[in-house]
Amino acid sequence: MPLRRVTFTFKTDLIQRPVIYELGKKFDIVTNIRRAEVGQDNGWVVLELEGTLDEIDRGLAWVVELGVDVSPLDGDILVG
Amino acid sequence: MQLLPMRGPAKTLPNVQSLRCKECGRDYPLEPIYVCDFCFGPLEVAYDYDAAAKNMSRESIQDGPPTIWRYDQLLPVSRENAVDIGAGMTPLLKADNLGRELGLNNLWIKNDAANPTHSFKDRVVSVAATKALEFEFDTIACASTGNLAGATAAHGAKAGMKTIVFLPADLERGKILGAAIFGSVVLVNGNYDQVNRLCSELGDDRHWAFVNINMRPYYSEGSKSLSFEIAEQLGWHAPEHIIVPVASGSLFTKVHKGLNEFAQLGIIDGADTKMHIAQPAGCSPVATAFVDGQTHPKPVIPDTIAKSLAIGSPADGFYTVSIANKTGGSATIVPEDEVVEGMTLLAETEGIFTETAGGVVISALRRLVREGAIGPDEETVALITGTGLKTLEAIADSVETKTIEPNVQSFDEIVTKAAVS
Ligand SMILES: Cc1ncc(COP(=O)(O)O)c(C=O)c1O
Ligand SMILES: [Zn+2]
Repeated sequence: MPLRRVTFTFKTDLIQRPVIYELGKKFDIVTNIRRAEVGQDNGWVVLELEGTLDEIDRGLAWVVELGVDVSPLDGDILVG
Repeated sequence: MQLLPMRGPAKTLPNVQSLRCKECGRDYPLEPIYVCDFCFGPLEVAYDYDAAAKNMSRESIQDGPPTIWRYDQLLPVSRENAVDIGAGMTPLLKADNLGRELGLNNLWIKNDAANPTHSFKDRVVSVAATKALEFEFDTIACASTGNLAGATAAHGAKAGMKTIVFLPADLERGKILGAAIFGSVVLVNGNYDQVNRLCSELGDDRHWAFVNINMRPYYSEGSKSLSFEIAEQLGWHAPEHIIVPVASGSLFTKVHKGLNEFAQLGIIDGADTKMHIAQPAGCSPVATAFVDGQTHPKPVIPDTIAKSLAIGSPADGFYTVSIANKTGGSATIVPEDEVVEGMTLLAETEGIFTETAGGVVISALRRLVREGAIGPDEETVALITGTGLKTLEAIADSVETKTIEPNVQSFDEIVTKAAVS
């Protein structure tokens, strides 16, 4: 099953919502948190997602709609 | 199967210890890997600085070759095996004319457009290609918007490796042809993002040395040579300010790491350099995070004339923001219409034709002086990382030429009259 590594960045208003739990319930995706930090006015989580590519895309679209910033963990590999 | 020059097996380097996770500190063997299995943090080369201090001094450096390889004790590959087309030891020029224009008495330009393929990328790729041969890869690859492609293709050719570089099909001709002369260029009918994704997928199942993926920990170390040279060329000290063009942030973090390593080895007395981020308004996730007081850059979709800096999701963005903060540096978001202004200003005052990334740096510098972030007598180095000849399209509408008939009358009518009026 394909794996994707991503970073979620949250603003204050979303920090208390169990977004990652909901992501795993709503979609057929296994979520695995590897690293995280919650600061005063934002927080971020590095996690691994396992599922079909379609399901992961759908799940991430839902997360983005909630207002979470989603970025691929390794950043762009395309450079000057 | 193509025969490769015999370089391997990899020599053990006395100063190089391991790959170490920047986040959790776990050690990994020196292999073509780039991410920590445990926490997904990036891996970085770790050195034994006591050993390095014994093997490296100002004198030993000065006895070395006039290339990045004079600093090989702080690089993750050995000088004897180097894939070397002459990267490094580019001029550090006292920029008195530009300084006068801006109000700076102690301004220097590090002109890395003077590298073999005309950008600082020769430094990083020289190291990555050398490591790729040590690992016995037969193919070297990258995804790029231009400068990295040229550097990778040129070093691949010198190394006798197969080379595949991936570029978006709508790129400037100078960058496409300037890479294609060395080896095979694959133009992808798609935007940067799609090239990016394709290469990620290819990287997963081809046994290739992708310079900016599985070679990344080694590749990025090459950028330290830029600050080693600056310190050496200034007479063995670190400047007060360095202004760096930022895309992924790799160059920025390694320029800083290089100065710290020199200080740690006692080659310079200390490194209190303020590190300044320069990004164009059309792609400024790192500078924006700094200005907004955030730690993590928020990804953007790039839309900038400075294509070499068009990375919307910068891998080293977090570390870049953190270094700028820690050193008392700054971040400047340069309006798009000031990019060409910066290029023109540098050309007209110092005779250096830089690409758009250099225009971003010069305009950022001008703003920093106006805001008082850099004082008139403070020693300042601006990094010029690529040549304007690869981005002619950017200035086509901003420069003027005159065409005349081959006689004096025509010259007087069109040129002389214009000069007196
Ligand atoms: C000319 C030029 N300057 C600066 C950079 C920034 O490099 P980095 O991705 O290391 O921040 C690049 C490449 O991305 C470049 O091509
Ligand atoms: Zn780790």
